[in-house]
Amino acid sequence: MTKMNIVEAVKSALDNELKKDKSVLVMGEDVGKNGGVFRVTDGLYAKFGPNRVIDTPLSETGIMSTAIGLAVNGMKPIAEFQFSGFIYGPLDQLFTHASKVRSRSSGMFSCPLVVRTPFGGGIRALELHCESVEAFVGHMPGLKVVIPSSPYDAKGLLLSAIRDPDPVIFLEPMRIYRAIKEEVPDKEYTVPLGKAKIVEEGSDVTVISYGAMLKYTRDALAKTDYSAEIIDIRTISPLDTETIINSVKNTGRCVIVSEAPKNLGFAAEIMARINEKAFFDLEAPPVRVCGYDCAFPLAKLENFYIPDEKRIIRAVDQVMKA
Amino acid sequence: MVKKVVESFNVEYLQVMDENGIVDKELMPKLSDKQIKEFYETMILLRAFDDKSFNMQRQGRIGTYIQYKGQEASQLGSAKVLNDDDWMFPMYRSGAALIVRKHPMHKLLQYGGGDIRGLKTTEKVNNFPISIAVGTQSPHAVGCAWASKLKGEKTVAMAYTGEGGTSRGDFHDALNFAGTNQVPAIIVCENNQYAISVPRNKQTASNTIAQKAFAYGVYGIQVDGNDIFAVYKATKEAVDKARAGKGPTLIENLTYRLADHSTSDDAKKYRSDKEVNEWLKKDPIIRLEKYMRSAKLLDDKYKKEVAAKAAAQVEEEVKKFESIPDPKPEEMLTNIYSELTPDLKEELEELKK
Repeated sequence: MTKMNIVEAVKSALDNELKKDKSVLVMGEDVGKNGGVFRVTDGLYAKFGPNRVIDTPLSETGIMSTAIGLAVNGMKPIAEFQFSGFIYGPLDQLFTHASKVRSRSSGMFSCPLVVRTPFGGGIRALELHCESVEAFVGHMPGLKVVIPSSPYDAKGLLLSAIRDPDPVIFLEPMRIYRAIKEEVPDKEYTVPLGKAKIVEEGSDVTVISYGAMLKYTRDALAKTDYSAEIIDIRTISPLDTETIINSVKNTGRCVIVSEAPKNLGFAAEIMARINEKAFFDLEAPPVRVCGYDCAFPLAKLENFYIPDEKRIIRAVDQVMKA
Repeated sequence: MVKKVVESFNVEYLQVMDENGIVDKELMPKLSDKQIKEFYETMILLRAFDDKSFNMQRQGRIGTYIQYKGQEASQLGSAKVLNDDDWMFPMYRSGAALIVRKHPMHKLLQYGGGDIRGLKTTEKVNNFPISIAVGTQSPHAVGCAWASKLKGEKTVAMAYTGEGGTSRGDFHDALNFAGTNQVPAIIVCENNQYAISVPRNKQTASNTIAQKAFAYGVYGIQVDGNDIFAVYKATKEAVDKARAGKGPTLIENLTYRLADHSTSDDAKKYRSDKEVNEWLKKDPIIRLEKYMRSAKLLDDKYKKEVAAKAAAQVEEEVKKFESIPDPKPEEMLTNIYSELTPDLKEELEELKK
């Protein structure tokens, strides 16, 4: 066990798997000698060499498309994209091909690759550095979408993602890359994909979140007297509906916190499922706390955009008083 | 101060057999009479299947069909060079290449008839499903070849693209990644002069497609794509070179789409009969016939036999296609992931109701 933050936990997973499985390779811009813009791959190049930790030409689409070819022919590429907004180009290859390799070949070929990218805002970054892309990618059948919110889960989920036989988009919460430290085993272990986690049990209200927002949701609720059941979604797709529904049936109240734009967002999908499966157990209409339906703002305004404690508590008050 | 030439390239064009079927003996690749006859027989079969598929679409027996008519030499001469465990990344017009690579004709009809299972390759041949999105497949061949290189395997990967596909960024990515990593990939650009209605000169201001390779540190060559011997020779050299670890090649096969873009297109709207007639004279099959006749490899009797055999074989494939049961509705939900997700399980139940 070592005390690790999310950056270190992700690196530990990559290190474990590069050592264990010769078909695994890390590829991307600056992932080699430089160790990545967030230092996630720091030291891996020196340890595993240029054929395992590969600095590619500066083309996100080229990284994605060649990763597909690599994956189809027996490799397990872990492609890093420096910021989530740079994924819009490669989405073409991801949607057109990676997601459909298995179905179009009737199972003859598969595409076991992992796309890693930091996502979400809160670090006063440039434009296109803070996008919440989980709904876009999660909407495409054939892709899995995973978002850790703690160092322990980051490592365990990433190891599951690398070993998964299908393409997995692994979105790393940039804002809390170094904000949380906890004991993480140095050895390999997995946290299963497709399973949400109840991080705090409670009986008054179910509060659902993921990624960086989970931490701020927990911090906010710690300042209230509510007995909140807090669920970390962990896998956007395939979604663990059961954990959500069981909790909402128990509490009858629900708030969903996500920093993605609200319109057609992932929070809406959770609400739809609650409507379908727990409507008659509801004591109050569920409420979404989301980012606004605008481009992610620059530094001066990002604190107004990302749901803050005030907005989260206001939403919980609203469902409790209804 | 100095101003000088820092780099220059020569782009070669290869033709072994001219339009009259006259062969340059020095350039002629080593081929037995048997191999040459096999080329001819395969091209006749490919043409027969293409004509039949077109007719079946007109009769409503299959959906949209994309003809490769006129490009038989370009596809046969290149696909034939690959081994079964080599990789091929075809595009929607690569039906001929697929048939050459043992993809059953009835399965192409199955796909045309609206059944995705028709794309499934046999277990022993690495044929990736055809790409529908133009030009997106070239970098897959590069990634795939890269994997062979990293694994220390001797397999190579080949992608087919059209000249229209070279306008996309994916073509740039493919050549750039192929060049920087020196992978055993071959990109075959079938320059058939049209991307639906848009002519070749609107795709690029380059004199050739082949010359684009050199900018990426990749070797490129332009080939008479209606000359089966030239295509075979150029591809064989490229594949041998790739297999020997000497890097990728871009091959531009100059050819012509004798048919419409697809069964939903009418090429008369954008090209003249005169132009098409000029290219009909360059038909790869006619040219090979001329050569074989002069080399005493073909006479009228043999020609008739080959045509009859091809027609019978195609009819056999049509019968096979028509006996394939429709896919079960639930099959659209399997093979999305390696295992059914909880959502898909629920949807499967709903579908079965």
